[in-house]
Amino acid sequence: MSELKCIHGKADCFYEHYERKGEAQHQTHYCPGCGHGIAHKLLAESIDELGIRDRVILVSPVGCSVFLYYYFDVGNVQVAHGRAPAVATALKRAHPEAIVISYQGDGDLAAIGSAEILHAANRGENYTSIFINNAIYGMTGGQMAPTTLMGNRTTTTPFGRNVFNDGYPLHVSEVIATLEAPTYVERAALGNTKQILQAKKAIKKALETQMKGLGFSMVEILSPCPTIWKMDPVDAQKHVREGLAAVYPLGAKRDRTKEAEPRPAHIPAPALEELPRILKLDKGSDAAMPAHHETVDFRVKVAGFGGQGVLLLGQLLAEAGMDYGLEVSWLPSYGPEMRSGTSNCHVRLSNKPVDSPFVSSPNVLIALNEPSLRKFISTVEPGGLVFYNGTAIPADCVRADLRMHPIPFFAVADELGSTKVGNIVVLGALLSATGVLPLEVVDHALPRVVKAEKWIEIDRQALRRGASLLCPEVPVHV
Amino acid sequence: MPKQLIKGNEALVKGAVLAGCRAFYGYPITPANEIAESAAVYIPQAGGVFLQAESEVAAINMVYGGASAGVRTMTASSGPGMSLMCEGISYIAGAELPCVIANIMRGGPGLGNIAPEQSDYFQAVKGGGHGCYHALVLAPASAQEMCDLTFLGFDLADKYRNPVIVLADGCLGQMMEPVEFPTTPRAPRTPEWAVDGTAATRPNLISSIYLQPDDLEKHILKLEAKYKRAHVEETRWENYRTDDAELVFVGYGIVARILKSVVEKLRMQGIKAGLLRPITLYPFPAPELRRLAGQAQQFFVVEMSTGQMVEDVRLAVEGRRPVEFYGRCGGNIPTAEEIVEEVFAHV
Ligand SMILES: Cc1ncc(C[n+]2csc(CCOP(=O)(O)OP(=O)(O)O)c2C)c(N)n1
Ligand code: SF4
Ligand SMILES: [Mg+2]
Repeated sequence: MSELKCIHGKADCFYEHYERKGEAQHQTHYCPGCGHGIAHKLLAESIDELGIRDRVILVSPVGCSVFLYYYFDVGNVQVAHGRAPAVATALKRAHPEAIVISYQGDGDLAAIGSAEILHAANRGENYTSIFINNAIYGMTGGQMAPTTLMGNRTTTTPFGRNVFNDGYPLHVSEVIATLEAPTYVERAALGNTKQILQAKKAIKKALETQMKGLGFSMVEILSPCPTIWKMDPVDAQKHVREGLAAVYPLGAKRDRTKEAEPRPAHIPAPALEELPRILKLDKGSDAAMPAHHETVDFRVKVAGFGGQGVLLLGQLLAEAGMDYGLEVSWLPSYGPEMRSGTSNCHVRLSNKPVDSPFVSSPNVLIALNEPSLRKFISTVEPGGLVFYNGTAIPADCVRADLRMHPIPFFAVADELGSTKVGNIVVLGALLSATGVLPLEVVDHALPRVVKAEKWIEIDRQALRRGASLLCPEVPVHV
Repeated sequence: MPKQLIKGNEALVKGAVLAGCRAFYGYPITPANEIAESAAVYIPQAGGVFLQAESEVAAINMVYGGASAGVRTMTASSGPGMSLMCEGISYIAGAELPCVIANIMRGGPGLGNIAPEQSDYFQAVKGGGHGCYHALVLAPASAQEMCDLTFLGFDLADKYRNPVIVLADGCLGQMMEPVEFPTTPRAPRTPEWAVDGTAATRPNLISSIYLQPDDLEKHILKLEAKYKRAHVEETRWENYRTDDAELVFVGYGIVARILKSVVEKLRMQGIKAGLLRPITLYPFPAPELRRLAGQAQQFFVVEMSTGQMVEDVRLAVEGRRPVEFYGRCGGNIPTAEEIVEEVFAHV
């Protein structure tokens, strides 16, 4: 016996013993004559021959091949039913040097995972998809798959697959081949030795496509399932050749391996020290103002039409308040309200931490139009301040317990050459009426809120014009 | 580093990048869009991957892939998208993968609306997906915490090899407040259990399958032991004027901010009110509530839902004190004034 030599042994990239398997660790869990076993062997040999074992990450699906990781001595990731393309996408994106292979059945890939495979292929993800089409759900005991042939009886098509109930067999490779991105798509089969050798060639070519960085590659393999088909292994192979291959023609459906350009190389990550610049963390408040000791409790509601600069007015007030050493918050109304043309925001300035950012009873109301005045006037706290964009407060909105300032702010802005800065005129008036912040603090904060250089100067003028509109004898503190 | 007036959603992304997050997979949904949009700007510049997936189902499985590869990975979504992600989160917990998921809650059920609610508490805290697992759930209440708790979230996710959910709402996402960013960014590193396509990690397997009942039971008990440990080591909360409080409010997120105003208003009227704000919703600060039950006369829970967290408060208080509840939903935000009225009507 000693002169006998094994000339075709187990592929290196299979484990010697299947230790992850509970029992019978020397044999697979597949039925005799099952195509999965053959496909595993072809894949394992291809990996060996290409010398890529250490780089391979194999994605196991849900189906009879769920235990792929029992056998392959590579990095293994087992995933949810149908989601292998999404997982493979992220694995490859994380480690472009890895060789990522997903292995899926027809239920997994063509039914529940149809969106994921279509989009991974359409993005041209640079991984390799091995797609085992046995025209049935093997693992769950023989239900119809999208690839089940017309008229075939399965446990869920007991009277045969019927077009009107179940649609037609899905030609996945042809569908994928219509996309622009995929580089290599071939359908192979395991119906006889010749077909098996061709399947291996296709697998190797697909892996080489990935190794060269050329993009998405897929090999569909028509594969026997003698158990569910209720055939002996020989008849099952015959059915692959004569039944399946008649409906699903073999051959390359798309081959751009010659013209495809390698994907751009990964840009190296910047040094950690670069992060503050990248995240613009240096663009904050640089004013080293002392913390405030005076009591400040500004609860401001700004309301008007969209386009009047309601949100920006509030934000500028908050920015400047922060520079001045106050605690601040700014909260816009958002959602459907934004779309109906109205806009409002809540601003708080305080010498203490801001509790609620909501201003339900403001002590300052800035109403830039009449509907806003009507909506919020009743909520203003007694003694509060109201700035209203208009020449007079409508009679039914007058409240004796408030200090109300009707001023046509936007008309004033017009005089400055731009209606747009009406909101800044209001801010100037507010600051002069209350003395909560010096104008210079707003000057300083302006470039952080208003990005265009040309507006900053006009805004500064508008601020001063606004401040001159009200000259209170004594600034009022609210 | 200077303070920045910044939206909660953007602060969250900057916190994530500083924590070493280098992969973001998401699908558009209001009011979480700004998170994906900021991630699309910053993460590629930091050398990471941003990808808009074809669905939340794909996005969460990409998160599974990124985490399997050893990259600090995140996603963000809201109501309907979170429901789609539940299957994936269960797999992530089962396979013991770390990741951070931001849920910027909106109104439900169904399409509901895009206004803020807190109606995904049960989904986030009690599971959401199938099987015996928990996500760790953090509830920020300010723009600063949107950053800080996301940063912490990545560390906790790694420490426990478990998904972490940052449970916020549209208000916190849209609100601008001054934020100071962490000054010591985390350097990305591949954990030894990951699968990265090298000889060193070749023996590694990422999987949630345990075929034999005894093996699965052992695995589940291992997960359970992690959660028990998190209860001991990670439970976080804030006490606000609870020292002498007879009436203790319980609320999280934006509601807790409103409740601080309520506490102030009631104190001005001579009522000894205080607030317990859970910062971790899972693990829930039940021991602190039990302690307070020895001192307070009454608890008052406020949520933007018909009452979800209140169940955990009642479990913690064990019937020793009455627990009142007030909730608004549909996107309505309770005002401090209406809560005060409610207190006078019921307490
Ligand atoms: C979400 C979900 N739905 C259903 C299942 C049940 N299931 C397990 S395997 C399978 C079908 C597998 O069929 P296929 O992909 O063709 O693989 P085969 O067993 O034929 O190789 C199904 C439906 C599951 N695991 N997860
Ligand atoms: S049921 Fe079919 S696919 Fe599954 S192992 Fe048996 S032969 Fe193979
Ligand atoms: Mg099948």
